[in-house]
Amino acid sequence: MKLTRRYRFSASHRLDTLALTADQNRKLYGKCNNPYGHGHDYVLDVTVEGSPDESGQIVSREALDALVAERILARFDHHNLNTDIPELTGVVPTTESLAVTIEQALSRSWPLPARLDRVRISETERNIFELEAK
Amino acid sequence: MFLTRKAEFSASHVCANPDWTPERNHAVYGPNANPNGHGHNYVLEVTIEGEPDPITGMVFDLRELKEILNDEVVEPMDHRFLNKEVSPFDRLVPTTENVAIEIWRRLAARIGRDGVKLRNVRLYETGDLFVDYGGAS
Repeated sequence: MKLTRRYRFSASHRLDTLALTADQNRKLYGKCNNPYGHGHDYVLDVTVEGSPDESGQIVSREALDALVAERILARFDHHNLNTDIPELTGVVPTTESLAVTIEQALSRSWPLPARLDRVRISETERNIFELEAK
Repeated sequence: MFLTRKAEFSASHVCANPDWTPERNHAVYGPNANPNGHGHNYVLEVTIEGEPDPITGMVFDLRELKEILNDEVVEPMDHRFLNKEVSPFDRLVPTTENVAIEIWRRLAARIGRDGVKLRNVRLYETGDLFVDYGGAS
């Protein structure tokens, strides 16, 4: 059985890679390459898998919320992904990169009895990225 | 092929184990343990797996599916206090997990038939919390 909980955070970023020229970056990333960056209201769905315990829950909502608040929301919400997140230093902060970073931040020393199943991140309502946990 | 039908019901509940102290219930369930209950607009998504019938072109008759969902879920649970009015929640804590498992139990036998099976029950307690149940594994 799986349980999915939805969280939200707002962050800014700019897509630009040193591997390409300024002109190539503009062509590749379009508006996302604008020099001063821009932001999104990201929606993060965290899915865990397990069997209900004696409380009838596969995971404590408070424990899951506290974990995501500490490891993700406190670090990412109202921050600049290019400058404020050490794991993204030198990485183009596409939502693909963000999904990998968030999955790793959650799965490392995962403390809950239910297994982390996947993370799903929407950059906007039209762009959604999903990554199965390792 | 998968077919998903949606239904909604609004109900109140309390999440508390009668064998535990109020302190322990609050530690485990937070405000969900408040003794007089609270409510949610539950959203149910029922997914059925099968192949379209060669004559009707349908995996499942949607009118029959609507009736089954009404009989088994909406009629008995909508605008009810789950703990007091819906079995087995007089003796089982109506967490989202347990409500989804009970809905599966009610639907599986009525939906399953040759080449057609209930595949998944997704139950949203709020827009920010849902569970998926695919039967006992």
